[in-house]
Amino acid sequence: MQISGAQMVIEALIAEEVEVVFGYPGGAIMNVYDEIYKQRSFQHILTRHEQAAVHAAEGYAKASGKVGVAMITSGPGFTNGVTGLADAYMDSIPLVLISGQVPMSLIGTDAFQEIDAVGISRPCTKHNYLVTDAADLPRILKEAFYIARTGRPGPVHVDIPKDVTAQIATFDYSKEVDLETYKPTTKGNTRQIKKAIEAIAGSKRPLLYIGGGVINSNAAELVREFSKMTQIPAVETFMARGTLRYDDPLLISMLGMHGSYAANMAMSETDMVIALGARFDDRVTGKLSEFAKNAQIIHVDIDPASVSKLVHAHYPIVGDVKNVVEQMIPLAKEQIDPARYTQWHNTIANFNKLHPLSYKEEGDRLKPQWVVERIGQLLGDDANISTDVGQHQMWTAQFYPFTRPRQWVSSGGLGTMGFGFPAALGVKRADMERVSINITGDGSILMNIQELMTAVEFKLPVINVILNNNFLGMVRQWQTLFYDKRHSQTDLSIQPDFVKLADAFGGVGYRVTTKEEFDAALKDAIEKNVVAIIDVAVNRFENVLPMVPAGGSLFNMMLEYKEK
Amino acid sequence: MEQTERRVISVIVMNEASVLSRIAGLFSGRGYNIESLTVAPIPDSKYSRLTIVTSGSVRVIEQITKQLHKLIPVLKVYEHADLVETEMALVKIPMSESLGDIEALTHAYNGRIVNVGSDTMIVTVSDEPSRINHFLEAIKRFHPKEIVRSGSVALER
Repeated sequence: MQISGAQMVIEALIAEEVEVVFGYPGGAIMNVYDEIYKQRSFQHILTRHEQAAVHAAEGYAKASGKVGVAMITSGPGFTNGVTGLADAYMDSIPLVLISGQVPMSLIGTDAFQEIDAVGISRPCTKHNYLVTDAADLPRILKEAFYIARTGRPGPVHVDIPKDVTAQIATFDYSKEVDLETYKPTTKGNTRQIKKAIEAIAGSKRPLLYIGGGVINSNAAELVREFSKMTQIPAVETFMARGTLRYDDPLLISMLGMHGSYAANMAMSETDMVIALGARFDDRVTGKLSEFAKNAQIIHVDIDPASVSKLVHAHYPIVGDVKNVVEQMIPLAKEQIDPARYTQWHNTIANFNKLHPLSYKEEGDRLKPQWVVERIGQLLGDDANISTDVGQHQMWTAQFYPFTRPRQWVSSGGLGTMGFGFPAALGVKRADMERVSINITGDGSILMNIQELMTAVEFKLPVINVILNNNFLGMVRQWQTLFYDKRHSQTDLSIQPDFVKLADAFGGVGYRVTTKEEFDAALKDAIEKNVVAIIDVAVNRFENVLPMVPAGGSLFNMMLEYKEK
Repeated sequence: MEQTERRVISVIVMNEASVLSRIAGLFSGRGYNIESLTVAPIPDSKYSRLTIVTSGSVRVIEQITKQLHKLIPVLKVYEHADLVETEMALVKIPMSESLGDIEALTHAYNGRIVNVGSDTMIVTVSDEPSRINHFLEAIKRFHPKEIVRSGSVALER
C-alpha cells in the first residue's frame, strides 16, 4: 500500500487498536491532523495544553493497561509535553508520543518552532526516534508500541518531520518486530527461584515488599494468592496501592517516608525481604545503610539495572514479576509452612496497635484525612482515584480503602503537580463506568485547570476534590518542621473562586465547609454527571504524619508534631 | 568510601544515528566518569564498537554496564578484566630539537617520525596507555608544541 507518512500514522494507530489519542495540533503535525479529520476509527481528545495531553495518555494507560497515545506539534508543543514524558519514564508507564518536527531541510537552521526534540527526550524516554524517511515509519511505529509495552514499560517518543508526513512510501505493518538488541528477560531463572523459596522457607520474619511493577505486569491476583497461601505479610509502595485489598489482614500498609509505623517497623525487623517489582526508591528506604538491616533480600524485577542498584540483592531474579510469582507458587506450596509466622504476625499486630495510622478530629474545620476516608466510604470500589502531588496525595495513599489494582493513579517518581486532573480524564476515558475522582490541592489544581474545558467538551465528568488549606501544604509542612516556620512563598491565601471557575467552564462547583455539605456536594456532582470542583476548606496546618525525615532511618519516625 | 578503580568497557552498538549521544548522555546524566571514549564501525557489519575507559567502585561499574545494556541499540557490553589495551599519540616537536635523540626515544616506544616539515616534525607512538604516559613524560624535554592522544582501544585476551 502506497500512502503518505501521515496516513501511515493513522494506519499504524488502527493496527495497534488504539481507541483514543490525546493531543493538540500545530504547524508541523498538521498533515497528520488532516488525516485524523478524515478517519472514524479512533477518538481524538483535544486537551487544552500539550502537557495535559501526555498526562491524560498516562492516566488512560495506567487505568486500562494499554499503551497511551499522545500527539503534539514541534517546538513549544513538544517542550510542553516533556514533563509528561519524564513522568511516564519515572513511573514506567507505556506511552507513545508522536510529535511533529520542522521539515528535514530546515532541521538545524533554528527554524520557526524548531527544537532538537529527540535530544531533549532522550534522557526521559525508554527510546526515541527521529524519522528521516517515510519508508521507515511503519517499522518505527511498530517498534515504538512494542518497546513501550514490553520489558519494563515506558514512554517512546517518535518525532516526525513535516515533509516525512507528506512523503509517499510503502506501508506494510505485518512484519513482526525483531530487535536484535532488545530482548527483555521475562522468565525468571528456575534455580534462582528455587533457592529463594528455600530461603523464605527457612526465614522467621519474611515480608513482601510490593512495588508498582506488580500492577504493571498484572500480577496482583497472583501476589494475593501467594501471600494468602504462605501467610507472609506485605507492605506496599506508593505505586503499588491496590495490589492487596485494604482490608486484607496480611496487608500492613504503605511503607516509606509517609508509610505507617507498622509497615516501616516490619521492614526494619524483617529477616527476609521479598521485593516484587519495587526499586528501593529513596522515599521508600530512608537511610540506605539502615534499611532492612537484618534481612536477606530477594529482588524480583524485569529491569536488571534495578536489581542491586541501591540495596544488594542476595537472590536477584530478573524476570516479569507475574511469571516469577507464577513459578514461585507451586514451590512455595510445597516448602513454606504458613503456620510458621504466627509470632511474626503478633509482632506486626503490636506495631499496628502501638501507632496506627490515624488523625484527630478537632475544631470546626474539616480534616483532610476525613475527606479522603469519606470518599472511600461513599464510593469505595466504585471510584478510580487520581491525585496531584503534595499533602493531599499522601493522605490519599494512606487513607483511601483501595480494593483493586489500577484503581490508583498518581505521579510517584517525578512528583508532578498538575498531573492529577488530566490523568483523571484519561482514567475516566478508560473506565466510563466508574466515578473518576481527582483528589487535589489548592496549589496543584491550578497547574492544569484549563482541562475543565476538555472535560466539558468530551463529557468526561471528573470530580476534582480540592483539599484546600490555602497553602502549598507539603512545602509548608517542611518549612514548619525544618525551616523554623519560615513559610517562604507557600501561603496561598489569595485564590480564585473555584465555584465560579468551574461554572465559567460549564462545569459545576461546590464550596464545602462541613461534613454534611461534603456528602451533599459529592452526591450532587455524581448525579449531575459533569466535571466538578468540590472546594473543601480543611484545617490549614495539618501535617502528613507519621514521617521519616529525608535521609533518616525508617524505624526513626516522627509520629506527632506539637506546636512549639 | 568504596574504592574506585579504572575499568575498560567495550560496547557493541547498532551503527545508527544518535547512538553516541545516547551513551554520552547516559554517562553525564548519571554522573559517571569518562576518561576516554573511542568509536569506529566494525568492518563488514552493521555495528560499531565503543571502547570506554571509566572509573568507579565495583557497584558503579556494575550499574554502568547494566544501564548501557538497557539502551535499545546496544547489543553487547563487555567489561574487560584481562585485555590487551593500546593507545596512540601524535606529538608535534620543533625542528630545532635533536632529531637523533627524538628518533631513538620514539623508537623505544614502538614509534616513528611520520612527518618532517620546515619548522616542526610529528612523531607517533602506539602502546599500552601507561607506556604512552611514560613516553609523553620523556618527550617533554624536546618541548612538544602539541600532543594528541587517541584514547584506548582494547580486546579481551
